[in-house]
Amino acid sequence: MARRSHVQTTLNGETVEFLCEPRQSLLEVLRDELHLTGAKEGCNNGNCGACSVILDGRLVNSCLVLGVEAEGKSVETIEGLADPDKLHPIQDAFLENAALQCGICTPGFIMSAKALLDQNPNPTEHEVRYWLAGNLCRCTGYDKIVRAVLDAAAAE
Amino acid sequence: MRDFSYIAATTIPEAVALLDEKGESARILAGGTDLIVQVREARRDVDWMIDIKSIPEVNALDYNATTGLVLGAAVECYKIYADDAICDAYPGLIDATKIIGGTAIQGRAGVGGNLCNASPAADGIPPLIVLNASCVIAGPNGEREVPVEDFCTAPGQTVLEKGEMLVSMKIPVPASNSSSYYLRFIPRNEMDIAVVGAGASVTLDAAKETIVSARIALAAVAPTPLFAEEASALLAGQEVSDEAIDAAAEAAQAIARPISDMRGTAEQRTHLVGVLTRRALNGAIQRVREAA
Amino acid sequence: MLENKDYKVIGTRPIRHDGVDKVTGRALYGADFQAAGLLHGRVLRSPHAHARIISIDTSRAEALPGVKGVVTAKDLPDPGDKIADLGEGAVNLKYLCDNILASDKALYKGHAVAAVAATNPHIAEEACTRIDVTYEVLPPVLEVRQAMEPDAPLLHDHIRTTSLGETAEEPSNVASHIQHKLGDPEKGFAEADVIIEREFVTGTVHQGYIEPHNATAHYNQDGQLTIWCSTQGAFTVREQVAEILQYPISKIKVVPMEIGGGFGGKISVYIKPVAALLAKKTGKPVKVLMNRADVFEGTGPTPASFIRVKMGATHEGKITAAEGYLAFEAGAYPGSPVGPGAMCIFAPYNIENVIIDGYDVVVNKPKTAPYRAPGAPNAAFGSETVVDELAEKLGIDPLEIRLLNAAKAGDRRADGPIHPRIGCIETVEAAKAHPHYTAPNGKKHHGRGVASGYWFNIGLESSVTINVNSDGTINLIEGSTDIGGTRASIAMQAAEVLGIPAESVNPSVVDTDSVGYTAVTGGSRTTYATGYAAYEAAQDVKQQLIARAAKLWEVDEANVQFADGEFSSINGKEEQISFRDLCGRLGETGGPVVGSGTVNPGGAGGAYATHVVDVAVDAETGKVDILRYTAVQDAGKAIHPSYVEGQIQGGAVQGIGWALNEEYIYNAEGEMTNASFLDYRMPTCLDLPMIDAVIVEVPNPGHPYGVRGVGEVPIVPPMAAIANAIYDAIGVRMTELPMSPDRLLKAMGKI
Repeated sequence: MARRSHVQTTLNGETVEFLCEPRQSLLEVLRDELHLTGAKEGCNNGNCGACSVILDGRLVNSCLVLGVEAEGKSVETIEGLADPDKLHPIQDAFLENAALQCGICTPGFIMSAKALLDQNPNPTEHEVRYWLAGNLCRCTGYDKIVRAVLDAAAAE
Repeated sequence: MRDFSYIAATTIPEAVALLDEKGESARILAGGTDLIVQVREARRDVDWMIDIKSIPEVNALDYNATTGLVLGAAVECYKIYADDAICDAYPGLIDATKIIGGTAIQGRAGVGGNLCNASPAADGIPPLIVLNASCVIAGPNGEREVPVEDFCTAPGQTVLEKGEMLVSMKIPVPASNSSSYYLRFIPRNEMDIAVVGAGASVTLDAAKETIVSARIALAAVAPTPLFAEEASALLAGQEVSDEAIDAAAEAAQAIARPISDMRGTAEQRTHLVGVLTRRALNGAIQRVREAA
Repeated sequence: MLENKDYKVIGTRPIRHDGVDKVTGRALYGADFQAAGLLHGRVLRSPHAHARIISIDTSRAEALPGVKGVVTAKDLPDPGDKIADLGEGAVNLKYLCDNILASDKALYKGHAVAAVAATNPHIAEEACTRIDVTYEVLPPVLEVRQAMEPDAPLLHDHIRTTSLGETAEEPSNVASHIQHKLGDPEKGFAEADVIIEREFVTGTVHQGYIEPHNATAHYNQDGQLTIWCSTQGAFTVREQVAEILQYPISKIKVVPMEIGGGFGGKISVYIKPVAALLAKKTGKPVKVLMNRADVFEGTGPTPASFIRVKMGATHEGKITAAEGYLAFEAGAYPGSPVGPGAMCIFAPYNIENVIIDGYDVVVNKPKTAPYRAPGAPNAAFGSETVVDELAEKLGIDPLEIRLLNAAKAGDRRADGPIHPRIGCIETVEAAKAHPHYTAPNGKKHHGRGVASGYWFNIGLESSVTINVNSDGTINLIEGSTDIGGTRASIAMQAAEVLGIPAESVNPSVVDTDSVGYTAVTGGSRTTYATGYAAYEAAQDVKQQLIARAAKLWEVDEANVQFADGEFSSINGKEEQISFRDLCGRLGETGGPVVGSGTVNPGGAGGAYATHVVDVAVDAETGKVDILRYTAVQDAGKAIHPSYVEGQIQGGAVQGIGWALNEEYIYNAEGEMTNASFLDYRMPTCLDLPMIDAVIVEVPNPGHPYGVRGVGEVPIVPPMAAIANAIYDAIGVRMTELPMSPDRLLKAMGKI
């Protein structure tokens, strides 16, 4: 077995260190080593977006990043989004719009929406749909999700 | 997932030495969006992943109006379409970078990886072909350059020899009154692999009525992306017309050798080559005409 | 007849109780379960669609460092010829067991044959490659009509067709034949001026929930088995595992974690008994997770089908007769939803003369499982397309012909039941009056289509316990796993009874040891039946609190009334106390108050939907784009309208996927070639417009607030509505699902 590597990274603003095998994805590391289970595995090949996180400011599928690649980088996950006493406006908008049903895709959508609004604070409906096309939801038909993201953009 | 080792190389010579030493058991890791899936699904046996993203040359993104574009092999799609000058000069390439995977994939995947993965359906390759791009390859015996249309040799296979790696793509400055266009057919609007892809570049005369030259390339209709050389040649010197474009589309159809698989049937693909070639040519012509 | 009235809580849109946990990533789903010493399981699956298992040698796998245990079908108790009772019908136990781990034959690619527990998932995966299985590969049967041929290869030697009470002599892939008959179909067709008869083919489709199946099992030293998992029904997991392992239900506790979608696909068990076997063998907790390919290949999709529909009508538009032939693929073992399909096929209409034949046929594909109104969408694709063609031939507006023939209270469904108060007419009228239906629709290659749909909904058992807190809030304990906001819709019904805000109810979904029996979250029953139980439990609390107030005031219980959250005395003494204040005085009036409600209601009340869709067809590529979509549905009473809309929108979009691109694609060897989200092609948000969900409320007399189930019927109309819109756009009738670009090109004669 390949040696476990020591990795130091910034996770939701805090420095963390972990050991992982090269074959462990960032998603596995987050979930199994660091016990942050907000990022979900839906397909493990980059087609559903349930594992979306932000890596050095850029939206990625954490199932398609090796844990060792996080060395020296900054990782943002759903667990780091809200303030201790206040939800992020996107989270509020998801609740207000009933933009979740089972909720398994929700952390991925919210991280994806955050990455969008960080770089385009006033997206059109089409821009929202284009940006979120890599996130699958099977419950909602996307209507309320798209509305929530547009609402969050308007609220920010 | 099989066990493998990970090395982050920091220079080209280091990466080349590793590739030369490990041979077939090593594979370059850039965006990883194809490689990690292939290893995870046991479709590729890899013992060494050599991460090249810390090597400066593969991160080059240098556009110069006199020398053209040097596009590093590991440059992610999102960086390419964020550059206005590149968007203006090579719109066909931009078309492809915006449809490879979804936003999250575009945060990792690049055109260089698309090329090295050598999928017949790669969206990134036809635009490079029609833009006359060449591949800069580093190896144990130094550097060499290969035209993009010669880079892929079979599904998943390239001209890269033992110890060699793709460093960058060079794209010449586009001629005046020229533009490019890429589109693919997929059953959904995103997150699909091309059933057929077609790219075109055209150069028109000063009046924008006559085609000086054109290049057409196709994806997902043969074991590798194809340069439709005859179809392209037919257009040179022709006035822009439906007839000329139809003739080129027919010639493009003639070289398509598609298979039937879960993404589409051979008949469907052959039919689509005609449709998409026309649309790609018309799209490129329209871009020339709309430019100031 | 119930009337809509003013409610304080019902019909409002509070934030769901589990919402904050789900938007912050804190909610724990099945795969999120962690335990000290946890082992990881992995299932080895058959690479062949049809093969006899000659031998399985696990020794090389067991020798791999890190491997702690390997199991095969030999580790399951012998099922003999026992019939298992799972509450929803009798099932041959051997089928149930063989689908968990194949004993003698692998009947589909992806069929589980062995499983490994190891110290990490990668080792478990590697160990699976070291299990040596010798197969004798047999020719696969992959399509229902092929399977029904007399000379088709047989999946099971012992299946003999049961047909209308008779059992055939010779073995067959046709497990059963059912028939419903009403009136005199021959006479009915003789009265018709126009008769349309068409054949339809639909592909195998998957529920496509985003969360793969998961299960963690652990045996205590005292034999107590605990299973943590995502499921639509913790109690049905307990029943199935008890039957498969031949283990007493009293020694099994199932803990339902949050569930990432189900749509019917997380009722049957697959890896839960496997996790239990591995836990028993290793003495450790074992977590088994499926990957996405496992989900496509190893769990139940909904069947492909062949359907023939014949309908006749008079010049005036009265439908005089209907004939339906439904042949459904059951997958590897009998039990397709052809029964529900036959119940629903002509249910939007009052037709005097009907004959419906249904066939349940085994093929070498995964054993099918429920998927949202199972069977009804296949059936409606046929019948609603034929109704559209009838309307066209007769020159009658397609919604008008539906109104002319609409089913109403007192009409008889072809399979027997008399309709109670239903909202069929109301949904068609609402669609007709909607601005979408009257908007211009004249562009080239654009088209508009409509279709209706029916689902009967179910009741079944539910239990709710309410613990009253001293601060005037209540803890509501329920057994229905919450897949789409049902904590809120159930809590709101209790809140309405008790005159408290929805936020004063704290709903919890608990394990099988901690609440009374509750059937699955399925059949559109949860807000209806568990909501009904919550209503009953709240009534129980109310009665107990009336007794407490009476005690406090030393009056007769009959002299205490409760309204608007206040208890007051009538007949003399002027006393008043709020719900909240009385809750603070439970100690002094006799101790805690615990209310309970248990139901098994019979009046689920059927649900109707009518959809209107506009499409654009690219005539050169065959691609269909959805431009506008309106879905009208009778909800009876919408408890939380946002989540009712959500069900309607989600169901419609699953239907859009089914209509346009989703299908299992097989090669000649019976291997699914598109077992990934990349190639299975479910709709992304870029493929869709907003979905206008229109709620019609025709109260259901079988529920105290008039609730009808809403989850399933929205998937019934879309396929036919889109087919009808495509016809309107390009003049081609599509009779095969999905209506993918290549099929459109063929139908248009372009390839």
